[in-house]
Amino acid sequence: MRFQPVIGLEVHVQLKTDSKIFCGCSTSFGSEPNSQTCPVCLGLPGALPVLNKKVVEFAIKAGLATNCSITPRSIFARKNYFYPDLPKGYQISQFEDPICQRGWLDIQVEGQELKRIGITRIHMEEDAGKLVHGEVSGLEEGSGVDLNRACTPLLEVVSEPDLRSSDEAVAYLKQLHQIVTWLGICDGNMEEGSFRCDANVSVMPVGSDVYGTRAEIKNVNSFKFVKQAIEYEIQRQIDLIEDGGRVVQETRLFDPNAGKTRSMRGKEEAHDYRYFPDPDLVPLVIDAAWVEQTRQELPELPECRRQRFMAAFSLPAYDAEVLTASRELADYFEACVALGANAKAVSNWVMGEITRSLNDSSTSIGTCPISPRLLVELLKLIDVGTISGKIAKTVFDEMWRSGKEPAAIVEEQGLVQVSDSGAIESIIDEILAREAGQVEEYRSGKDKLFGFFVGQVMKASKGKANPTVVNELLLSKLKG
Amino acid sequence: MDISVADVEHVARLARLELSEAEKSLFAGQMGAILGYVEKLKGLNTEGILPTSHAVPMENAFREDVACPSIGVEKALANAPDRADSFYRVPKVIE
Repeated sequence: MRFQPVIGLEVHVQLKTDSKIFCGCSTSFGSEPNSQTCPVCLGLPGALPVLNKKVVEFAIKAGLATNCSITPRSIFARKNYFYPDLPKGYQISQFEDPICQRGWLDIQVEGQELKRIGITRIHMEEDAGKLVHGEVSGLEEGSGVDLNRACTPLLEVVSEPDLRSSDEAVAYLKQLHQIVTWLGICDGNMEEGSFRCDANVSVMPVGSDVYGTRAEIKNVNSFKFVKQAIEYEIQRQIDLIEDGGRVVQETRLFDPNAGKTRSMRGKEEAHDYRYFPDPDLVPLVIDAAWVEQTRQELPELPECRRQRFMAAFSLPAYDAEVLTASRELADYFEACVALGANAKAVSNWVMGEITRSLNDSSTSIGTCPISPRLLVELLKLIDVGTISGKIAKTVFDEMWRSGKEPAAIVEEQGLVQVSDSGAIESIIDEILAREAGQVEEYRSGKDKLFGFFVGQVMKASKGKANPTVVNELLLSKLKG
Repeated sequence: MDISVADVEHVARLARLELSEAEKSLFAGQMGAILGYVEKLKGLNTEGILPTSHAVPMENAFREDVACPSIGVEKALANAPDRADSFYRVPKVIE
């Protein structure tokens, strides 16, 4: 029998606010344990949570960017369970009437058609604290609880079970990741847990429309692990069914070292969270004007910008895709074009030298040592024929190192292109005299040798000869 | 309303309460009586009335996103039954 995987994702997006969702404690990462806590996030009796307005604004932005409806009146609920990282014995979340509902994202898996993935809901909630095991002296026995992260604002984005492969799951995740970082509501740091994913995975016979029993996989904190975990889990379930077994509904933990998922013991008890409206938090009413105002404040989203880059600058789809990988990169590109540079030339440099140098130095475009103005200056030098495209790469590397103006580098290092035909002619004559044998072969029909002559001339001129002039002169001289 | 001993055991487990057999049947009776009393509300005509989530007619209480000083590690841990360094210490949690 052949099987069809069915996958739904729950993504936790940590919001980039300065303070926590229900109190004024800082959300910064890496401070001394429990130093960013107060009666509210410690769950002390009598403390009153008050909603951070920015969390609501960020949630509306996320909802609009993922085509959701914004719920006019939403409420917070208590999700009741006991765990040492949850000081109150309940998590403040949303259950009925979450802030965003019924959205979608269109995803693209390479070589496949565009596919629409439904988003069931997006709700706001607080994060739990962090448990530490064994790493600290005094914790050889027992576990440590750090509540700095408790009450940090999260959005939980729940997809419909519309995903049918690990590739689709990764494409969906990457797109969602791009949107929340583009909106500036999440720093997107997966290692620090700012963007994390639980995957619900089941399999059913191909052609069936009845979903199989699903397992929920927790703790997948990179795109690579999501793919691995889902693929492992699909195969595990298929093997189990083919051996006559049954998939049980359970929570499983992905172990990146083993590349496997394993059952999480101790959580077998059926979830019974007894949600009820939190009386401490009054209903949240969002009128049409607020939604509209937020819509006006939205940046141009990646998909729109891709389309515009193709239409306005006649860029190929590939270029538009690469240039909109992040908002900063797209801004950099547009800043160059706004300074009058040719869009395709800028695109080539951004996708080529800039990206390569950023990767080599592990920096991001935000801290690129070559500003748009300097890059455009360099392109101008090529345009007016002062330097060749090849020499420009040398100049670029020097600009990257020193931050100097391209014209100054060209002057200092004597890199000005030689376009004077007299000077080039004498180099060519010298080469043709030296390589008489090759000239003979060329003239008897071995056209391929033309490149050899060009190479020799360029080498003799230390790369400074104007390639166009070299080509013209060589052609006419070789004709004989 | 009938509440069984099994119902009492279920909510007791969720609340991490340990009850004796006598308590279980005692509470089953008491909980049944409370729920039976609340059942009376079903006799009211609530057509066209939205479920009430809050008892006070208020909405949209916000704070601005401004970080304020926290109370400090020592105060945070002052009531902790057990600690290690700046952590609360709890019995080993195995995942």
